[in-house]
Amino acid sequence: MSINATPAGAEVSAEAERPATVPTQRGGRRKTPLSENKKAERKLGWLLCAPAALVMVAVTAYPIIYSVWLSLQRYDLRFPDQREFIGLENYVTVLTNEFWWTAFGVTMLITVVTVAVELVLGMGLALIMHRALVGRGIVRTSALIPYGIVTVVAAFSWRYAWTPGTGYLANLFSDGAPLTERASSLAIIMLAEIWKTTPFMALLLMAGLALVPEDLLKAASTDGATAWQKFTKVMLPVMKPAILVALLFRTLDAFRVFDNIFVLTAGGNETSSVSMLAYNNLIRGLNLGIGSTMSVLIFITVAIIAFVFVKLFGTAAPGSDDGERR
Amino acid sequence: MAVETTTRAKLRWGLLDVLVVVFALIPVLWIASLSFKTPATLTDGKFIPREWTLDNYRTIFDTDQFVRALINSIGIALIATLIAVVLGAMAAYAISRLDFPGKGLLVGVSLLIAMFPQVSLVSPLFEIERQLGLFDTWPGLILPYITFALPLAIYTLSAFFKQIPWDLEKAAKMDGATQGQAFRRVIAPLAAPGLFTTAILVFIFCWNDFLFAITLTSTERARTVPVALSFFTGESQFEDPTGAICAAAVVITIPIILFVLFFQRRIVSGLTSGAVKG
Amino acid sequence: MADIVLDKVSKSFPDGTVAVQDVDLEIADGEFVILVGPSGCGKSTTLNMIAGLEDISSGELRIGGQRVNDKAPRDRDIAMVFQSYALYPNMTVRENMAFPLRLAKLDKETINQKVDEAAKVLELTALLDRKPANLSGGQRQRVAMGRAIVRQPKAFLMDEPLSNLDAKLRVQMRTVVSRLQKQLGTTTVYVTHDQTEAMTLGDRVVIMRGGAVQQVGPPQELYDHPRNLFVAGFIGSPSMNFLHAAVQDGALHTALGDVPLGDRVRRELEAADAPRELILGIRPEHFEDAELVDDDTRRRGLEFEAPAEIVESMGSDKYVYFTVEGERASAAELEELAADAGAADFAGTGGNLVTRLSAESPVAEGQSRRVWFNLEKIHLFDPATGRNLTLHEGRAAGALAD
Repeated sequence: MSINATPAGAEVSAEAERPATVPTQRGGRRKTPLSENKKAERKLGWLLCAPAALVMVAVTAYPIIYSVWLSLQRYDLRFPDQREFIGLENYVTVLTNEFWWTAFGVTMLITVVTVAVELVLGMGLALIMHRALVGRGIVRTSALIPYGIVTVVAAFSWRYAWTPGTGYLANLFSDGAPLTERASSLAIIMLAEIWKTTPFMALLLMAGLALVPEDLLKAASTDGATAWQKFTKVMLPVMKPAILVALLFRTLDAFRVFDNIFVLTAGGNETSSVSMLAYNNLIRGLNLGIGSTMSVLIFITVAIIAFVFVKLFGTAAPGSDDGERR
Repeated sequence: MAVETTTRAKLRWGLLDVLVVVFALIPVLWIASLSFKTPATLTDGKFIPREWTLDNYRTIFDTDQFVRALINSIGIALIATLIAVVLGAMAAYAISRLDFPGKGLLVGVSLLIAMFPQVSLVSPLFEIERQLGLFDTWPGLILPYITFALPLAIYTLSAFFKQIPWDLEKAAKMDGATQGQAFRRVIAPLAAPGLFTTAILVFIFCWNDFLFAITLTSTERARTVPVALSFFTGESQFEDPTGAICAAAVVITIPIILFVLFFQRRIVSGLTSGAVKG
Repeated sequence: MADIVLDKVSKSFPDGTVAVQDVDLEIADGEFVILVGPSGCGKSTTLNMIAGLEDISSGELRIGGQRVNDKAPRDRDIAMVFQSYALYPNMTVRENMAFPLRLAKLDKETINQKVDEAAKVLELTALLDRKPANLSGGQRQRVAMGRAIVRQPKAFLMDEPLSNLDAKLRVQMRTVVSRLQKQLGTTTVYVTHDQTEAMTLGDRVVIMRGGAVQQVGPPQELYDHPRNLFVAGFIGSPSMNFLHAAVQDGALHTALGDVPLGDRVRRELEAADAPRELILGIRPEHFEDAELVDDDTRRRGLEFEAPAEIVESMGSDKYVYFTVEGERASAAELEELAADAGAADFAGTGGNLVTRLSAESPVAEGQSRRVWFNLEKIHLFDPATGRNLTLHEGRAAGALAD
């Protein structure tokens, strides 16, 4: 948890400072909501938050710690007698295993390519949804369908589309069976991912677009900016926070890719992602030790990605939501 | 001149619209098309079925496997949604209305959970739930669903709650309402759309899940439709499961399509308010 | 109908800040009282305490002779108009106005009759079936007023009810509020930060600063006889001019020349702890073009010459801004007033003199002009305490009084 704690930590300090500065700045007129009894307010606040906090922590923190404990053991459900503490041996096993690194590479590749493509497509879609002169409602409605649809369903659709015989796309574009070759399989997986999540990206970006003041664009127009200049010099800077939040969430989400691979290739032809590999080790291999080791490694990787994002781009922690407390 | 440019602009936008709509709908239409095809024409690769049939739908509703899964899916998603929205609303109310230490921490924790790699929980939850007897049960899935739906619910709801003019509560009190009346007659009607939107988003999330469903279930007791779908493939009771899979896929897509059609505006505002402001 | 009495009412927060301190105020039955002051002066908190929306930390609040400190807002029988109007967006205008009556469990017929009556008074009849979202700002404001008057409460509380309207509408609504209050004769407490509203609306005005009452009185009295620097600077538009003045050998040295002092002021300044530095306050209308002053009047004032920087002709008279040399007046009150006005300097300080001269004055921009000012109307303030030294038994008597 230590790495991931940073954004939350920043959040806490920012929160803690606010109440202290309010009274001095605004004197007696501030609208303290429930000043009658601060203590009661605190108690109520904790009481209301406790169930949510409890569930979230119980279902994530405890298992992840438990997972660290499991990862230090030899623990294969097929051979429960051989369970013993073996230190970091599982980590050595995983990290020297070529399957792990292949899966890691595949996951990284899928993450980078899909997020990059989604950013471009999503921006275009966001612009269409935001500015379209006609049919804005239709576009927004249809764009929501990929977001809402069950990933497995979409994956099946793509699978049948690319299966020779059944598929219209397979018949259209290729002679062979694209889902039996590594490169084309990966391409299809990425296509399915991009199709499914571009709308979400676009929605986040659209919210950012809405923050661009109309007057600013008019001012830029009168200053003689071209459409492209308006986009890069005016809109992008204002949208930067929204873009970073969208990128962060999508990157972490893409890194977890599982459903599409499961349905499309089941990890065949070296198309496994790390999630797929962890699943296989656990459910097919029933090897809790190795599975947990992978769980921990994935957790650490995600934490590093999040950390890098926040550090590198100085993303205002996306949770810092409460500008004006009333 | 001006008219001409606007018509041309309209045409251009129209074209882009069509592109987006086609891009978004093709996979859905394709799977719907497959579900209506007869076994004989299934492999013709045509986008529009030459012979229409409802046999595939009859088949899936005749099998226990699918019906059980559908019941599981609906039940689990509804219960998880209800609990997540209630807990989320409580927390979001506290976050948006009350001042208490630890608030930032809660917001931070939910942010972390929103980014949490779910697959990391697969191994430990598998083991923990086996020990607790939760493995392959409804609660065994409901719990992780609530957990991962909560950040979404909290962010969306606190964004909604912040928009409620809370002066109204004061006004109601001045108008002679008790705390309860102020809540019931003034605040609740205003909060309802937010709660409803959040419920839809959470339901979609639970309805969609595959990873937890496939790792934390092993039989029809708790297996949800997405998982059941993926297992249709290997079943020998179907000659060719493709049509059945597609029919089942269409069935579980219907609620999503309905939500999207009727509540497009709300879903968009819910997603964006929760994601950007929150 | 009832009187409202605040007896040493205070409000402090757990973190130690005191929002309102020992406010004593007796509001007579049917009176229209304005609470005015800059942001953070405690006026809204005071109103909320009267409403029962905020607890009273100490002191006693009586409405109609009855202690109501511990009563819930609903049991105080008072209505409130909010700055944001706080109309229930899910209800129509009619339902909004009927809401308090329905809560009071009146029968349907009475409710309808009362709502119709109130709607007629406020010219809302045509809008009764609309939702607040489809109303203009002014209409919403009237609905908010309607909701308050419909149940004939003991008192109205209004929290900056006009501040969200544009300037023209605000003037219009001001008269509506005034007429309504006179018609109904209901005790009204009205909070505003706008001194024009304070001057024009109320029977009496309460000026607050930093949680404490500065002065209470009818508008004209506050204008003519401000008890301290803050009141003097807050009331009046354009505001009073403030100049630095040094006491030396029984005379007052200022940028406008040496001001002679009458016996009473001199006696005051001869006290051992009397300040050596003063602030001289002159209202813009107490200046006049020296050419237009007759000899008799001239003797009661002082003349000086200064370049006119800007001339704004208002038709009825002229606002002329003169540049004068000299040290600037400085006091905590003035800085606070400047901060409230959102300016770096309070308009009345600095090297600029705002004067209001007769329309006949031939003064032109860029030209030097002889200007006279009335010594009987000037005020002298102690910069440390803000006290008005020219005040005698509550009346300001100028510098020359014996």
